[in-house]
Amino acid sequence: MGEVVVVTSGKGGVGKTTATANIGTALAALGKRVALVDTDIGLRKLDLVLGLENRIVFHLIDVTSGNCQLKQALIRDKRLDGLYFLPAAQTRDKTAVTPEQMRELSAQLKQDFDYVLIDCPAGIEQGFKNAVAGADRALVVTNPEISAVRDADRIIGLLEASEITNSRLIVNRIRPNMVKRGNMLDVEDILDNLRIDLIGVVPEDEKILISTNRGEPAVLDSSSRAGQAFRNIARRILGEEVPFLNLEANEGWRPWFRRIFGLSNAR
Amino acid sequence: MLEFLMRFLGRDPASSSKNIARERLRLVLVHDRVNVSPEVLESLKEELIQVISHYMEIDEDALEVSLNQADNSVALMANIPVLRVKRLTREPVTPR
Ligand SMILES: Nc1ncnc2c1ncn2[C@@H]1O[C@H](COP(=O)(O)OP(=O)(O)O)[C@@H](O)[C@H]1O
Ligand SMILES: [Mg+2]
Repeated sequence: MGEVVVVTSGKGGVGKTTATANIGTALAALGKRVALVDTDIGLRKLDLVLGLENRIVFHLIDVTSGNCQLKQALIRDKRLDGLYFLPAAQTRDKTAVTPEQMRELSAQLKQDFDYVLIDCPAGIEQGFKNAVAGADRALVVTNPEISAVRDADRIIGLLEASEITNSRLIVNRIRPNMVKRGNMLDVEDILDNLRIDLIGVVPEDEKILISTNRGEPAVLDSSSRAGQAFRNIARRILGEEVPFLNLEANEGWRPWFRRIFGLSNAR
Repeated sequence: MLEFLMRFLGRDPASSSKNIARERLRLVLVHDRVNVSPEVLESLKEELIQVISHYMEIDEDALEVSLNQADNSVALMANIPVLRVKRLTREPVTPR
């Protein structure tokens, strides 16, 4: 029996879909059977990040409304054996699915997969309620910005209210140089304010854009720092203890300069 | 002098945009959390009544508790009409 993990945030554009695609791909690369479910109805996007947009025949609402079998709608990834994808409907509206249907679908997927990752839409309304309905645990994604952290706080409250404990935080798009210059909230500032444990810090990385252009999640690119961070998150989900990335490494001459002059601060 | 240099280099710790953001975040969360949970204020009110009644008789119906935000701080304001103060015959009840 697998586990259903909802990837959520409140605020849009913080990296839920990116996180779902990358963590799911990394889990599959580690040998797990993984199903990714896009619940962002009308604003489908996970298909593009995964590069599977041309393979879609049926979608989520076809399944929940009985138009097709679950097996017919699941798309097999072209790169990894255990990775499957259930696309969102692009034309129907959000009310076409109910939390009850999502609970059933989640239960059914759990029979077949080790991990079911649910990509949640932005907001706290119907789409959110549907996405969390069948979830056992949650990954809350935020950015180092006041508005994103505020929405994360709201979401954490709502998750507690729907009895999803065991939520973990992903801080995405950290820019170490800006943090160092005192122009960006750092991870501690965020954790001080949210009542939730950290599972990963993902740096801003232009390879995310490149990998989305190509339709190949960044975890498949061994040189991507964000990809490395997502691979680490996947291993932590499996229960491994993985040290957090040293985000200060590989930032041009500065670390060298600091090391030579003995200025390195012990962080 | 160092302070001047720091400010000159845009590294004045108090006015760095990170610190401003951190302070604004703290305040906004205090407010949001109270706003989404009137039950919390309500249970705070009830426990306040319990504690205060050890010492004085208060008008429970007129009691008001709220969080007020000033420029850069949040204050818990309680307006508690006192009807009568009890004569303390024993030592005050101290919390453990
Ligand atoms: N770590 C990152 N570095 C750079 N760009 C990122 C990163 N994470 C996400 N993005 C970009 O941010 C945008 C929003 O991400 P997305 O995953 O679609 O957010 P959401 O699903 O929360 O709306 C996308 O264009 C994506 O490529
Ligand atoms: Mg999305």
